Amino acid sequence: MPNEFAVEMKGIAKRFPGIVANDDIHLQVRKGEIHALLGENGAGKTTLMNILFGLYQPDEGEIRIHGQTVKITDPKKAIDLGIGMIHQHFMLVEPYTVLQNIILGAEPRRGVMISYKKALARIGELSDKYGLHVDPHRTIREISVGMQQRVEILKTLYRGADILIFDEPTAVLTPQEIQELMAIMRKLADEGKTIILITHKLKEIMAIADRVTIIRRGRVVDSLPVRDTTAEELAAKMVGRNVSFVIEKKEAQPGETILEIDNLTAFDDRGCQALRGLSLEVRSGEILGIAGVEGNGQRELIEVLTGLRKASSGEIRLRGRAVQNESPRRIAEAKVGYIPEDRQKRGLVLDFCVGENLVLKNYYAPPFCKRGLLRYDEIFGHAAGLIGEYDIRTPDEKTPARALSGGNQQKVIVAREVACEPDLLIATQPTRGLDVGAIEFIHRKLIEQRDKGKAVLLYSLELDEILNLSDRIAVMYEGRIVGILDPRKTNEQEIGLLMSGGHKGEREETA
Amino acid sequence: MTGFVKRLFSESTLIPVVSILIGLILGAVIMLAGHYNPFLAYGSLFAKAFGDMYNFGETIRQITPYIFTGLAVAFAFRTGLFNIGAEGQFIMGAVAAACVGVLLDAPWFLHVPLALAASALAGGLWGSIVGYLKAARGVHEVITTIMLNWIALHAANYIVRTALLEKGMARSKYIQESAWLSSPGLSELFDHARIHYGVLIALALSVLFYYVLWKTRQGYELRAVGFNPDASEYAGINVKSTFVKTMFISGLFAGVGGACEVMGVFHYQTINAAFPGYGLMGIAVALIGRNTAVGVVLGAVLIGVLTYGASGMKFGAGVPEELIHVVIALVIFFVAAGGMVELLIRRFRKKNGTVH
Amino acid sequence: MQMTIWRRRSWMAIIAAVFALTFVLAGCGKSDNNQNNGGQPPETQGGQQNEQTETGSNETSGGEEKQYYVVMVTDVGGVNDNSFNQSAWEGLQQFESEYGAKVDYLQSQSDADYVPNLNQFVKNGADLTWGIGFLMGDAVKQVADQNPDAKLAIIDQVVDAPNVASVTFKEHEGSYLVGVVAGLMTKTNKIGFVGGMEIPVIKRFEAGFTAGVKAVNPDANVIINYTGAFDAPDQGKAAAATLYNDGADIIFHAAGATGDGVFNEGIERKKAGGDVWVIGVDKDQSITFGHDITLTSMMKRVDQAVVQVSADLVNGRFQPGLTELGLAENGVGLPENNPNVPEDVLKQVDEYAQKIVSGEIVVPSE
Repeated sequence: MPNEFAVEMKGIAKRFPGIVANDDIHLQVRKGEIHALLGENGAGKTTLMNILFGLYQPDEGEIRIHGQTVKITDPKKAIDLGIGMIHQHFMLVEPYTVLQNIILGAEPRRGVMISYKKALARIGELSDKYGLHVDPHRTIREISVGMQQRVEILKTLYRGADILIFDEPTAVLTPQEIQELMAIMRKLADEGKTIILITHKLKEIMAIADRVTIIRRGRVVDSLPVRDTTAEELAAKMVGRNVSFVIEKKEAQPGETILEIDNLTAFDDRGCQALRGLSLEVRSGEILGIAGVEGNGQRELIEVLTGLRKASSGEIRLRGRAVQNESPRRIAEAKVGYIPEDRQKRGLVLDFCVGENLVLKNYYAPPFCKRGLLRYDEIFGHAAGLIGEYDIRTPDEKTPARALSGGNQQKVIVAREVACEPDLLIATQPTRGLDVGAIEFIHRKLIEQRDKGKAVLLYSLELDEILNLSDRIAVMYEGRIVGILDPRKTNEQEIGLLMSGGHKGEREETA
Repeated sequence: MTGFVKRLFSESTLIPVVSILIGLILGAVIMLAGHYNPFLAYGSLFAKAFGDMYNFGETIRQITPYIFTGLAVAFAFRTGLFNIGAEGQFIMGAVAAACVGVLLDAPWFLHVPLALAASALAGGLWGSIVGYLKAARGVHEVITTIMLNWIALHAANYIVRTALLEKGMARSKYIQESAWLSSPGLSELFDHARIHYGVLIALALSVLFYYVLWKTRQGYELRAVGFNPDASEYAGINVKSTFVKTMFISGLFAGVGGACEVMGVFHYQTINAAFPGYGLMGIAVALIGRNTAVGVVLGAVLIGVLTYGASGMKFGAGVPEELIHVVIALVIFFVAAGGMVELLIRRFRKKNGTVH
Repeated sequence: MQMTIWRRRSWMAIIAAVFALTFVLAGCGKSDNNQNNGGQPPETQGGQQNEQTETGSNETSGGEEKQYYVVMVTDVGGVNDNSFNQSAWEGLQQFESEYGAKVDYLQSQSDADYVPNLNQFVKNGADLTWGIGFLMGDAVKQVADQNPDAKLAIIDQVVDAPNVASVTFKEHEGSYLVGVVAGLMTKTNKIGFVGGMEIPVIKRFEAGFTAGVKAVNPDANVIINYTGAFDAPDQGKAAAATLYNDGADIIFHAAGATGDGVFNEGIERKKAGGDVWVIGVDKDQSITFGHDITLTSMMKRVDQAVVQVSADLVNGRFQPGLTELGLAENGVGLPENNPNVPEDVLKQVDEYAQKIVSGEIVVPSE
């Protein structure tokens, strides 16, 4: 019998000055299995997969593919060996069609012309076989994120991959899309493809993986069949201590109304109406969670609330004072804190140091600024305090934010927003892409704010998060609130029904 | 202060230094290929630039405008704006200074500051047109600056021709002596070289550049916008007005530079058939200087010495002056392609690592 | 973080490579250095080396006499400008071969270079330093004042200093004659003039040309177009296209390299069957652009002026002050051969030329 392992990595070590990213890692992946690679952010799982995909060279160790010892010098070599990687951030050319993207760089040619016919036939074959249905003639811009991911998968299959690495594939997907992806992955495995799934989401591993290898601080902690373990056990192995999944929180004590939204309308970037007369109230001492399928106006709502987008009509009142269409600064000064969805794009100036980022919202006010001059001693003193209080792992307050891990970057943002003592804290996808430890921390901070009598508006695409944290859930659909639910009296099915009043594909057609 | 020094000597300073060396070496290779002696050539170049007091003074004169335009370009770069228009801002500053210098009568302690202020305002306003068009209309600054350069060139020529012209000459009348930035004493010291007090203004503005950028609220805002306009908007910074302010300050640097040429070197404004080229060279200076104050001064010194010394190279070693432009181009190329060089080396290392 | 670490490492490699290269090149250079020049400071070396080669080539004619060192500084046009800078350099080269003198030039990259370039020669003991072109007037004046013992000369501009010879041309006289040609030969009665910058020199071209046209053809209309630059062939081409489109069939240009664009537009139209001509300037431009398009040229003998004044220096007759070269002095005029101009037209040109020389006609200069 030929070798049963599709991938074997033996004694892999990779050191960067000051950091041991991988330390004597052994990984064995059987042919045709779904093998999960579990670990916190920075544990070394991405480094390991980058080595497998030829992006890094290991300092020590050997790699065998189907039993053959190989040197993977670059991604091209990896592709030749049948290894494909589906990155977390898609590598697609937006104005190109699905077809053009799939064949990009591997175009079948007839003379100097590209033979689209041949390509189409091959893609049709692949999508039928694995249930990857896409419309090859639409451009990437026009299709949903879930569809884009399918294009990425097709791209690797088209290049003949039989070992597929998925890097955090569900981070950008809606619950429905996650379900569909899971089905696709299962089908791929059943057809003999080998799948390595990088993730820190225990639920997904329990649902789909055959085996799981847990990595912590660059070392393998354990490798075991999923059916022999539980989510709690995996979490403990990953974090190195026991983790509680149940969020402990006291009964909410809702007080006065902080935020009132009245019949709000606004347009999205393409000029389509994104908010269609939305009304909502958030009171002090409660967490209001907004649930909804991505693209139903949540982003526009948050942007209008924070002053980044103009409302076309309606009113927003903070403690009774109308603030719609005021500048972001005026709104922030009206005691609104905002943890943005995209921390690297919106939340931080990555090339600024941690200290400078921690005053991004109030650098212009005393004590940080006097008579137009910044007082760096005050700024760094303030930073040192918050770094301690929020356990931000950084060499010092003068380190660029870029050098921090995702979880610590998010801590910087949360620390900054909370330090401004807002009456209303808006948190959008606050735990997206974070590991269990950081998620726990952020959740605790949000509840802490609630218990201090702040109003918290939470928007997340993770239904679990909404269900666990919220005191009330507002379901958003097509720019309106279609229902307010009590999390104790509802379930995923009921929310899902409200959320899916329409289908994403259709919406885009009408848009 | 230590932070300042650290910033100076961080890795980002290495790229220009190495690029300069590579540029000079490749220039030497080209000379060898043309059967010239590169040592004699570079020797004559530096001898010309520093050989005697006259040439030393002239070298400083040559360096001075590059500091101004380098600062202008670097400042805009810090806000993520590519100011190709330092040329036009320079010209507008020059013509403003010429107007005040020719048409106004005042004692020197009023006349000089007034002329400088007029040029700062003219250059600044010329720059802020770009900032405004970017902020209000979303027009890319590269397009507008290039177009405004031409408008500035011809507008300045028009102003000189109609309001300031010396009859029978292709230039303005001489500016009043009270508006001169040069002094006979200083020139005497440098054997009649046209060195002028503008170099002190340039250095003062470099200090101001550093101070504004790193110590003030305004500098914090414009650096934030430069690094990440989305996050800046989120943080409540008015990104659009920051564009306008930055371009004003950027244009101000260039405009004062233009004034110093008029008030210090020529004492008149010529009708320019073509761009003087200081603004475009400012891009190179900013690039070599990595958009820092000290870097810009050093970059200006480099470019100034090379361009001024070039004729010495021709004179002493017979090497055509044009070759020095090849050297400057190579330096700029390697500074700009710093990342490319880095990649090449990394690739080279990787290959070596896998060969058995 | 990983990236920065990588970066730092690779920089070490680059620096190492650069040092290696430096040493390699230093090795090559050193041997070269030793062969050519024995350890003297570079500047004096350079001068000497130059001198040696120059004397070498002129040994036969040089003899015991003093070897004159006559040099020129170009304006921003450079020495290959197809125009007066080039013409001046050709004059100097002719002077070199006729008188065994040592000649050299420096090109100015910008107008700030004029003074240091002049000074470079003056301070190195040039016997006569030429500033070529109208634009160098102020610089020549300044250098002359600061170096009263040096001798300077300038083309196209009058500099009032006791040690400067100024040479100007009566461009209007020559332009008058090509105006006569154009006025007699136009079929559309529309004639174009493309000027460089609107400065007095070029104004003389325009004024003389217009007067010449009107003298023989009062109905003809001269359309004037100044591009504002001497170094912009693209603008010259655009200006010519406009003029031809407006019905002009002959264009006279006085625009340096900008005029190259006028010729190119004319050549294109000629190829497409158009009946158009261009009148060249400064030199016989049919040599460059051919007889198919060049009707004639208004020659301005900058080269002869340079030779003449330089020779005066050698012969001890150097005269500071203004020399004006017109038709009478053969400073301006038409080329010897004009195959495109009919005999009767040339005859009229000769008649007008005589009237100008005799003073019967005074050509306006502005």
